[in-house]
Amino acid sequence: MEVLYASCVGVLVACGIYLILRARTFPVVLGLTMLSYAVNLFLFSSGRLTINKAAVLGTGSEYADPLPQALVLTAIVIGFAMTAFVVILAIRGRADLGNDHVDGHLVKSSKEQK
Amino acid sequence: MTLLWIPLLSLIGSVISSCTSKLTRNQSTALTMLAPLIALGIVFSYTPAVFSGETIRYTAEWIPLLNMQVSFRLDGLTLLFLYMILGIGTLVIFYARYYLSSSDSMPKLYCYLMLFMTAMVGIVMSNNVIQLWFFWELTSISSFLLISYWWHKSEARKGARMALAITGAGGLALLAGLLLIGDIVGSYNLDVILASKALIQSHALYEAALVLVLLGAFTKSAQFPFHFWLPHAMAAPTPVSAYLHSATMVKAGIFLLARFYPALSGTDTWFILVAMTGLATLLVGAYIALFKHDLKGLLAYSTISHLGLITLLLGLDTELATVAAIFHIINHATFKASLFMATGIIDHETGTRDMRKLNGMWRFIPYTATLAMVAAAAMAGVPLLNGFLSKEMFFAETLHQQVLGSMSWLIPVLATIAGALSVAYSARFIHDVFFNGDPIDLPKQPHEPPRYMRVPIEILVVLCLLVGMFPHFAVSDILASASYAVLGDAAPDYKLSVWHGFNLPLLMSFIATSVGVMIYVQRKHLFHFQASLPTLNAKKGFERGLYSLIKWSQEKIKRIENGSLQRYAFVMIAVVLMCAGWPLFEMRQLAGASELTPIDFHNAIGAGLLIIGALATVIWHRSRMISLIMISIVGLMVSVAFTRFSAPDLALTQLTVEVVTVMLLMLALFFLPQRTPKESSSLRILRDLGISSAIGVVVASICYALLTRPLESISDFFVANAKTGGGGTNVVNVILVDFRGFDTLGEITVLGIAALGIYKLLINLPLFMPASDSEGRPWARERYPILLSSISQSLLPLALLVSAYIFLRGHNLPGGGFIAGLVTAIAFILQYMANGSHWIADRFDVNYRKIIASGIAIALFTGLGSWFFERPFLTTWFDYFDIPLVGKTELASAIVFDLGVYLTVVGATLMILASLGKLTADTPKQEVNI
Repeated sequence: MEVLYASCVGVLVACGIYLILRARTFPVVLGLTMLSYAVNLFLFSSGRLTINKAAVLGTGSEYADPLPQALVLTAIVIGFAMTAFVVILAIRGRADLGNDHVDGHLVKSSKEQK
Repeated sequence: MTLLWIPLLSLIGSVISSCTSKLTRNQSTALTMLAPLIALGIVFSYTPAVFSGETIRYTAEWIPLLNMQVSFRLDGLTLLFLYMILGIGTLVIFYARYYLSSSDSMPKLYCYLMLFMTAMVGIVMSNNVIQLWFFWELTSISSFLLISYWWHKSEARKGARMALAITGAGGLALLAGLLLIGDIVGSYNLDVILASKALIQSHALYEAALVLVLLGAFTKSAQFPFHFWLPHAMAAPTPVSAYLHSATMVKAGIFLLARFYPALSGTDTWFILVAMTGLATLLVGAYIALFKHDLKGLLAYSTISHLGLITLLLGLDTELATVAAIFHIINHATFKASLFMATGIIDHETGTRDMRKLNGMWRFIPYTATLAMVAAAAMAGVPLLNGFLSKEMFFAETLHQQVLGSMSWLIPVLATIAGALSVAYSARFIHDVFFNGDPIDLPKQPHEPPRYMRVPIEILVVLCLLVGMFPHFAVSDILASASYAVLGDAAPDYKLSVWHGFNLPLLMSFIATSVGVMIYVQRKHLFHFQASLPTLNAKKGFERGLYSLIKWSQEKIKRIENGSLQRYAFVMIAVVLMCAGWPLFEMRQLAGASELTPIDFHNAIGAGLLIIGALATVIWHRSRMISLIMISIVGLMVSVAFTRFSAPDLALTQLTVEVVTVMLLMLALFFLPQRTPKESSSLRILRDLGISSAIGVVVASICYALLTRPLESISDFFVANAKTGGGGTNVVNVILVDFRGFDTLGEITVLGIAALGIYKLLINLPLFMPASDSEGRPWARERYPILLSSISQSLLPLALLVSAYIFLRGHNLPGGGFIAGLVTAIAFILQYMANGSHWIADRFDVNYRKIIASGIAIALFTGLGSWFFERPFLTTWFDYFDIPLVGKTELASAIVFDLGVYLTVVGATLMILASLGKLTADTPKQEVNI
């Protein structure tokens, strides 16, 4: 199971990084989203993988580690706020510059598609 | 404590004088002069104590952990400088009132002048070398502001920049030197440093520290070869030149030499470096001064020359030379400041400072002329004036030193030559300006200045005469106490008197005077000779050097920082790869001690879907809609994973966030191109694939290494105390709202800031609104399908009920403010989608910014509330109550905090999505094809 979990995190990271290195804003946003999934899963794994353990007091004898969960919970929400910010920045950039290239040059590329 | 008031007063004066623009000029001047006058009074009250050999100190703790104190001292040397700084400062403020024209801003000049005064007072009073350095830099900055007072003039700006560059660089050297000394001694306290002469001079780094400190002093005091900034600083208004560039700031370097004299002097390195620099400066300054046609230029080079003289005296190896140096500091300040002020009057009354035009001024301004001539005579060293006395002492000491071994006789000879030159330029100042025929096309008809403009000069000239005629009465006490502060018990016996009898120094004086007059009479030949020499323009050279330096760094920056985000991202990722990957190779074994858990069928399916989703996102990333659908599979699988691995709170959060994120990205896609063009070359794709797989492998390995190691967690504390301390059984929620409540408060603040940033970004957004989708099909005509709108309306109360339930149970069962907020937000977004934002605005008009603000405020005040019960910030309170119908219920203050979280999440999410969505509704559909 550990191998599978680690590979999933690795694949997410690799895909996220690849997308972040693209030249247009939308793939970069997707890459960041993907990377934040990976980071959340990684952080979560610091509590180790626990199947069928109790999350709430009084429902079992063994408990899942609550600390990484609390950290990841806020990370998910903040991650959303950051994704939203980057997306709106991308829209603004496209509106102001006329293209959605990440370098932000004010050039109207002839390749620009609708 | 009273000691602290001296720098404090001038600082207060600086602030007050900057606010006097509404007052008349006289009121403004009077108010500004108040601070230095009171400070002078304080200094005066300490004078008897200091004269009796006492050193007054004031120390207050600043950063006790770093052993840093605010520390001031008042000894003889400080006393002398304080009188000069405050006294001449007061006169300059008074003088400036008449000097400035009505179009110049008086509060601005006074504010800067007082700031400079604070800095100077700080330097001379500091008893801590780091503190001293701070004030030192403050003089550079305030001097920059003062030189560029007439900022509209190019030469003022350039001169200011040059002065700042040179003295600023010197300041850095000084800091390094002071740090070295502090390191050697083990303390930054001046008392300790001054008492550690033997320790410092036996240390291997003594030479380095000495050179660095000297660099600071020499740049500040315009010593050769750093002297060239001073003439260009003369672009400042003349009161500023009189104050900064003759009487005080340039003396800061001299002060530094005198201050550190007890600790650093006495070695051959000191004598050679200080004496030779001083000698070179003395000669170069005096020679160039002779050829300057600008009055202020002449005075500037003469100042350089006199500063060199003082430096030379400090570098001679006799105690009396040091006394002479201090004596000359006083004398030079008095006669040079009055000369600058007189020049200011001439400039003010005639409109020019060019000596080729200014002739015969005696007839127009006889009174000012007399004052200026007395001061100039003092500068030349004419008997019965103060300049004569210190010059005699100087000549005498050049005869007694042994600095150059058998070649020491060179110094008195060169000193006499410099004396002659000084007589020559003083003669030129007097004769060219006040006599020598008639003026040549002056811009203004000259006449005597306002009566009171002369008062400061009169006071200074009277001082010149008093010191010159009755030296014992006028200066012996202050000179003795200043010498004691520098030399300690080694201070020699000497007698200040006008007449020492016929001796060698008198002969040198005589030779200097007669040769000087001769040089002046024969100046035509010398001027011819000088004109045939190639001219060296320091300013141009400096500017050129600066320009090429800037160009060089710009080129280098361009190469590193080329504006390509892709490249920055690549470099950062590569660095991360190296930092994270390297330790893995040094680790012996990746797998830890824990036993592996077996893979079950469900997990394998979930992992497979997740990997397929991620890869599909990448493969189809150019068709943006498809890749969006693919990435939502990944998000869904992540939340399933959280459910599987016993984290219901996370699963709920991930699920709701996923819904909101996908909606947001869909909306964003409406404003962005639908497809990504093919741009990357195959090589680029190969490179990116390589680095991303490498990172993936590294992270996967780290994750695996982490997972297979036994868990040591601090969570047992939270599990044990959640119920008893926080009053809840859902440990995750108790951590969020109680144990780590401060973190959560920070996080919702970030959320609010992000939402506000987005709000700002969307204002006045020029939109590209496609009229059809990427395939060229027009959008559906019916914007709000009736089916969706009726279902969503009936769903709303249900959804709100669910979110209320999730919110209330959050403390004990999975749920809480974050999740409930997201559920509420989704329910509302559905209304927006189904009915349009106008429909919502008609029925439910709220300002989401206010919701965010009230959420953060509620959370904050819940935290602050615990202060009323004398508990630390964000302490929660809970108890159990019997409520009719409901039964025994627990009420906790944490739920109020959670309400704040809830409101912030609702407000932020709705603001982000609703304000973006509104844009599609507001703008009528237009045909924009890009």
